[in-house]
Amino acid sequence: MGARGTAIGLRIAQAIPVLFGVIVISFLLTRALPGDPAAQFAGAMATEESIEQVRTSLGLDKPLVTQFGLYLGQLARGDLGQSVSTGQPVIEELASRLPASLELTLFALILSCAVAIPLGVLAATRPGSWVDQLCRLLVTAGVSLPTFFTGIVLVYVFYYLLGIAPSPLGRLDFIYLDPPHVTGFFLIDAALAGDWETWFGALKQLILPGLTLALFTLAPIARMTRAAMLSALSADYVRTARAAGLAPRKVLYGYAFRNALLPVVTTLGMVFSFVLGANVLVEKVFAWPGIGSYAVEALVVSDYAAVQGFVLSMALLFVLLNLIIDLAYSVIDPRFGTSAK
Amino acid sequence: MSTTRRNFLKTGAAITAMPFIHALPAAAGAGDTLVAVTAQTINSLDLHRTGTNRASYAVAINCYDRLVTFGTKEAPGGGLSYDYATLEPELAESWTISDDGMTITFTLKEASFQDGSPVTAEDVKWSFDRAVTVGGFPTVQMKAGGLERPEQFEAVDAKTFVVKLDRPSKLSLPDLAVPVPFIINATLAKANATADDPWAMEYLHKNTIGSGAYKVTRWDPGQQVVYERNEAWVGGPVPSYARVIMREVPSAATQRALVERGDVQVAFDIPDKDAAELAEKLTVYSTPVENCIHALCLNTNFEPFQDANVRKAIAAIVPYEAIFKAAAYGRGAPLWGGSAEITDTAWPRKSPYDTDLATAQEFMAASAYPDGFETTLSISTDLASWMEPAALLIQEAVAKIGITVQLDKIPGANWRTAALVEKRLPMHLENFGGWLNTPDYYFFWAYQKDHLFNSSNYFNEEVEQLTNETLHMAMDDPEYAPKIKRMFEIAFEDLPRIPLYQPALNVAVNGASGYEFWFHRQLDIRSLSPASA
Repeated sequence: MGARGTAIGLRIAQAIPVLFGVIVISFLLTRALPGDPAAQFAGAMATEESIEQVRTSLGLDKPLVTQFGLYLGQLARGDLGQSVSTGQPVIEELASRLPASLELTLFALILSCAVAIPLGVLAATRPGSWVDQLCRLLVTAGVSLPTFFTGIVLVYVFYYLLGIAPSPLGRLDFIYLDPPHVTGFFLIDAALAGDWETWFGALKQLILPGLTLALFTLAPIARMTRAAMLSALSADYVRTARAAGLAPRKVLYGYAFRNALLPVVTTLGMVFSFVLGANVLVEKVFAWPGIGSYAVEALVVSDYAAVQGFVLSMALLFVLLNLIIDLAYSVIDPRFGTSAK
Repeated sequence: MSTTRRNFLKTGAAITAMPFIHALPAAAGAGDTLVAVTAQTINSLDLHRTGTNRASYAVAINCYDRLVTFGTKEAPGGGLSYDYATLEPELAESWTISDDGMTITFTLKEASFQDGSPVTAEDVKWSFDRAVTVGGFPTVQMKAGGLERPEQFEAVDAKTFVVKLDRPSKLSLPDLAVPVPFIINATLAKANATADDPWAMEYLHKNTIGSGAYKVTRWDPGQQVVYERNEAWVGGPVPSYARVIMREVPSAATQRALVERGDVQVAFDIPDKDAAELAEKLTVYSTPVENCIHALCLNTNFEPFQDANVRKAIAAIVPYEAIFKAAAYGRGAPLWGGSAEITDTAWPRKSPYDTDLATAQEFMAASAYPDGFETTLSISTDLASWMEPAALLIQEAVAKIGITVQLDKIPGANWRTAALVEKRLPMHLENFGGWLNTPDYYFFWAYQKDHLFNSSNYFNEEVEQLTNETLHMAMDDPEYAPKIKRMFEIAFEDLPRIPLYQPALNVAVNGASGYEFWFHRQLDIRSLSPASA
């Protein structure tokens, strides 16, 4: 336990320079964005002096170094600043939007893994069979259909034509109120509150966007599972295990699959981070109040505080994600040890 | 939390839930609650705050009162519209204008704020002081009506409020009916003000403390605003809907699905394409936006465009009809092929030009550039939905008279600086619209030297003079009409801006009635009622 604790501590310490770099770069990059936020927020009819007033009130009249110093001071107090475009403190918005995105992404990934991993394993054990062809078809379709298109088709079929799905109006229909805030994940919060009606309400809203994203993420996971299983199955230790007369089940799941899991977990990590950013199109179609659309809108209007807050929170998330994946490695394959860098 | 939750479910769900259970007949949609969707996001409940966007003006309109408001008339193309020509009382019971036109005296109605305290002239004064002091857009808009300093406003007694003008102007009263000078509960606001924040910007950002028809009971930024009716409203007839939910849905396809199925009653401000397609199935109001013109601007700082024949040649070659179909899907009003003689003061009006290759070639041959020239045509990426098709069609058309045009797409965040402030784009598309609906007001912004929307750098001494003379002149002054007609003549002769069409505001309605178009282009929920009622 002590060794693992030290390893985690070391990893977190390593993340500090990375985070500082992210802070500097996001600060400089937002300032390099085209457009003048003061002119943007003063409105179309503004006069020169009213733009200057806005510039002063946003603190943009100070030299860049002073602005950066002030920003660091704010960060040290845990304050990410105030977003001008949404009029809310950035930290509050991230706290409400990040869970929305995470809930959707995790739900989609679980859905996608539940289909992709068994499919990949089956395809690998029976290469060339109909399962393999089905896998190939799904993978090609999943990759080639853009998410907003799949989303609109799903809305059209299941909501508009069939009327089975609920209105695509975000996380909860307005007959429900948000469950009391604990984690920000509606499914978890509603379950904690024991409010199953809201739980089902939230689940219903999740299904279509979750399915859309799952279709999209299916491809890399299924392909990677299939490839990793194929190479594991042709490895020497599997041949040895088979020769030793171990049960096929034991060979497949005990040896081949466990070894094939490592690249799959790596892919999962990549897919997760990728999807969290690529969510924005799905969020638009389903009016999902997630982090992707927040960031895009902030970028368009040069809303510095919001963009910086978004980049920083994503960086933190990625550091955390990599840590979890590394820890998962050592659980799956003890040879990695906990000191893995 | 849990008690409000339960209450909400008890009282609200019974009504609200009905439209969402698909098993129920469609008629269940008519209830006490209206659901509207829009792609716009509300970023503040206070219009006066720095950075408050257009969509947020809806809160000022629905939750606050102004002293006066505009009347109602039939809109061109169906439905209702506000009527710029008639002013009606909202919080003011009556008003008188002194003989010299310099003093307006308002008598207030017996009204109360939503917390029960009476509306007094002191509240009005505080609110107006705030609008002219906080800077940014509200202050600029107040200035348009000649309202610039707090000393101009005086609370004589509890029910009498006086506005003193520096000069008589026909724009002053209408400027009190725009969303900006809304009346705030000053006592409550001051109780929440601090030394750093004397105008209670922080408090009003998240709370509506007016006397208006609705109050915001819930605001989830980026998701929804929930309005609840103020039963004690005296500003007008009590609205039909007790609760209105304004939900943000960014995707136009999703908005369409929702309104077509009847799960929402109003899809507000939908794209022209969807409006054209939905119009076959639902009621779609496409009201041409008053005093707004989508125009092709020719910058007179650049050589070829200083030649009047070049400008006329371009005006004669622009494929108006094709642009109107491709960029606006036929929603809005055409602004070409009008008669050469100007007989009235209607604005926007059809220009005397139409697509005619022979005429264009004649003008071009007579110009200093018979062999054509090269230039750039700039558009904003934010407005690409109409600018891009229009620009492509223009590019193709002017090639026929030897003008080679390169398209230049400018990021939305840079557009204002490049087009309006620096005015450095040779040929570009522009879409100014004025809130105050008079031609002189349009000319003031778009045809006078150095004014913001004069992105063509146009300067004509006579237009300067005519605009200055007519801007504050009463519209029934005998001198007014001739001067305005003269302005139109010069504008069509000089052509710094070639009108393309008048854009429309599209609203799809399913299960509600009483939609009214407003110049501020936001949804006024006060006039809406269930369709069956």
